[in-house]
Amino acid sequence: MRDESTVKMRAEKVNFYYGRQQALKDINLDVLSNKVTAIIGPSGCGKSTFIRLLNRMNELVPNTSLTGRILLDDKDILDRSIDAVEIRRRVGMVFQKPNPFPKNIFENISYALEVNGIKDKHYIEDRVIESLQKAALYDEVKTRLHESALKLSGGQQQRLCIARCLSIKPEVLLFDEPCASLDPISTRKIEELILELKKDYTIAIVTHNMQQAARVSDFTGFFLMGELIEFDRTETIFKSPGDKRTEDYITGRFG
Amino acid sequence: MRRNITEKIGFGIVSVCMWITVSFLFLIIFFIAVKGIGVISWEFLTSQPRNAMTAGGVAPAIVGTFYLVVGSMMFAVPLGIATAIYLTEYSPKSYVLNLIRISINNLAGVPSVVFGLFGLAIFVKFLGFGVSIISGSLSLGILVLPLIISAAQEALLAVPQSIREASLAVGASKWQTIKKIVVPAAMPGILTGVILSIGRVAGETAPILFTAATFYIKGYPDSPFSEVMALPYHIYALMTEGSHPEKQTAIAYGCCLILLSLVLIVSGIAIYMRKRERSYHHA
Amino acid sequence: MKIISAASALSKKMKIKIKEKLYELTFAVLAFSSLAFLVGIVIVLFREAMPIFEKLNIGDLVFGRFWYPTYDPPEFGIFPLIIASFWVSLGAMLVCVPLGIGSALYINEIASKRQKEIFKPLVEILASIPSIVYGFFGMAILAPFLQGLLGIPIGLCAFTASLTLGIMATPTVTSIAEDALSYVPRSFREASYAVGANRWQTLTRVVVPAAGSGISTAIILGMSRAIGETMTVLMVAGGAAMIPGSPFDPVRPMTAAIAAEMGEAPVGGDHYHALFAIALILFVITFVFNIAAEFVSRRFRIKLGLSG
Repeated sequence: MRDESTVKMRAEKVNFYYGRQQALKDINLDVLSNKVTAIIGPSGCGKSTFIRLLNRMNELVPNTSLTGRILLDDKDILDRSIDAVEIRRRVGMVFQKPNPFPKNIFENISYALEVNGIKDKHYIEDRVIESLQKAALYDEVKTRLHESALKLSGGQQQRLCIARCLSIKPEVLLFDEPCASLDPISTRKIEELILELKKDYTIAIVTHNMQQAARVSDFTGFFLMGELIEFDRTETIFKSPGDKRTEDYITGRFG
Repeated sequence: MRRNITEKIGFGIVSVCMWITVSFLFLIIFFIAVKGIGVISWEFLTSQPRNAMTAGGVAPAIVGTFYLVVGSMMFAVPLGIATAIYLTEYSPKSYVLNLIRISINNLAGVPSVVFGLFGLAIFVKFLGFGVSIISGSLSLGILVLPLIISAAQEALLAVPQSIREASLAVGASKWQTIKKIVVPAAMPGILTGVILSIGRVAGETAPILFTAATFYIKGYPDSPFSEVMALPYHIYALMTEGSHPEKQTAIAYGCCLILLSLVLIVSGIAIYMRKRERSYHHA
Repeated sequence: MKIISAASALSKKMKIKIKEKLYELTFAVLAFSSLAFLVGIVIVLFREAMPIFEKLNIGDLVFGRFWYPTYDPPEFGIFPLIIASFWVSLGAMLVCVPLGIGSALYINEIASKRQKEIFKPLVEILASIPSIVYGFFGMAILAPFLQGLLGIPIGLCAFTASLTLGIMATPTVTSIAEDALSYVPRSFREASYAVGANRWQTLTRVVVPAAGSGISTAIILGMSRAIGETMTVLMVAGGAAMIPGSPFDPVRPMTAAIAAEMGEAPVGGDHYHALFAIALILFVITFVFNIAAEFVSRRFRIKLGLSG
């Protein structure tokens, strides 16, 4: 199943607990460079929990514990000496519900640059436009960059959030059910964008939509009740899954 | 059938209660407005009292109340917001949270006159500020602190978690997120709380009885360490001191109408802002 | 060169980390100010009341029947003032509990959405009227009116004070009780309607009992507010420091005694310390009420499965 791609992120024997309840059991999974890795599974299977570990967003939830290692370029990001803020700069995240700041469109992106210590106004402006272009949003908003981001449609807001992510040039992009609250047309735009972005970024996406996984991903992992049941090339997972439970899920027998 | 009659009677009684409660509001406003409106004039609002408080205006009392409001807000607003930020954003351990929360609730329940005594013992005597604007402002500030904290907390809690995550996910630190995202988003709600507390502070009397207020000073206070006249205290003094109750009562009506209008306008604004705020959050 | 820049990058990171910690620490310290003020109030009250406790035994102070602080020799019996506080406050409860809970039921159960949008702000505005205005209203309008209406010798008496205080506490009771009612889950009502109960039956047998401890909280806090209220009773209650024999006797509640006499009591004298002793007793009483309210409302939240 390996090809010439290198491993960008790797989860090794990851166990995760909310209080005493185990949410992830012994997960081993590789995210390859410049590929799209999809994580599928029924609700509550731990897929969102897992992806949030990859940029340490889990730390925002109290009373959790974690064992195992998560490597980014062969370095353990869970190492306490590494600052979570640093990791989040390198591993960006797009959330389930579009979450623009209650600021204008321009500021939504310039904020990301400013908090990362960039002060040069011209440079910021260039980067904002470049990010909007990469997120395929620029043409729609170029005349109203100083209007509130909350006026945009849901799909536009989500692309703005992607642009915001791209502006700080992360190495990995995490998508946590990015289309869960979007209409089919906006969803298709986001999917096209993901395929476009994979040239430059390593991408991991959580989705409950199997067709979406099939359309955008190169590799797919199937999670069930906190376990990684199967991980393989997307084609293999969808055409000839190795595990009965994967097959049941894919064919819609539960979920 | 009988149970439907019971229902009718029950609902009837409940409705009467509501109407009585609301009619109190209008009765109070009505009586004070009717008798107070004749007293109020431009001169009444802008000139000094004359003839041993039996004529002239109440300008120093209005100015004094303004100073006390500003002083107490300068103290209580930053402290209240900081407390709310700590409680909502830094999620302290639950026993710390409970300890602070219980303190705030109990502080809110302390009788207002006790704040006056505390101010007298600490600010007036121990710290040597004397009977002054600053002593009064600090006493009022402590009194209103719980109100500001809870308003700020509510406003901060209403900020969706998702935009905090968005900020952290682009590599902002916690402080950057609080300063540039969370607090600005909560600002309208915090402001509503501040406006409500202005109304509260402007009308409080007991805390300034021994810490700031005086029946009469010549001219206007010239430093934070001078005594002041204040509208609520002025009403009290006019009704209980002095030698010309008839003339003084008329002036008290005027003061009362000014204070009442001030408080009604301020709380009206706050209630309106909060309504807009809520409909915005629900949209 | 590279080493230097790496070192400076490292120190920059350290700086940011230290800065973040400093902010958190500052907020933590400031957040404890409420606790500090509360403790400060307790210490001040104890310290300033102590001398009178050393001079007189606590029983004589609390249960002494005569409050003549300026006589020679003075008498410092706080009992009439305590009785006056409860006398006036209990009278106020007779006004504000039925009116407050009735209004809460109206807003919660009968009012249309539009009416709710009108009545709730009105109640809130009633609550925002300063106590000095209530005091003035009681003194200048209510007292002469009641004196004529009831043919009583003095308008400024416990009865008038209770009525004024009751009006004042009504919106407090209404708001808290209405909150409690609104927390009762819709499913409770639906279950009751589903077995054929009408609205009144549902309200009295299901909703009110479910909100019971929340409503109790409202009553306790209403009482606490009434006992601690100063300006209204100072102006309206009549000021006589004696144990009342009827609702129409003038009385001097604890708060009124403090407010009226502190200005004239020589600092550091017995009278001064005795007034602090009154404040201490007052503080303890309201503290007990507030803790009780806290306790009851926590049980309420747990019962309805609400957190925090």
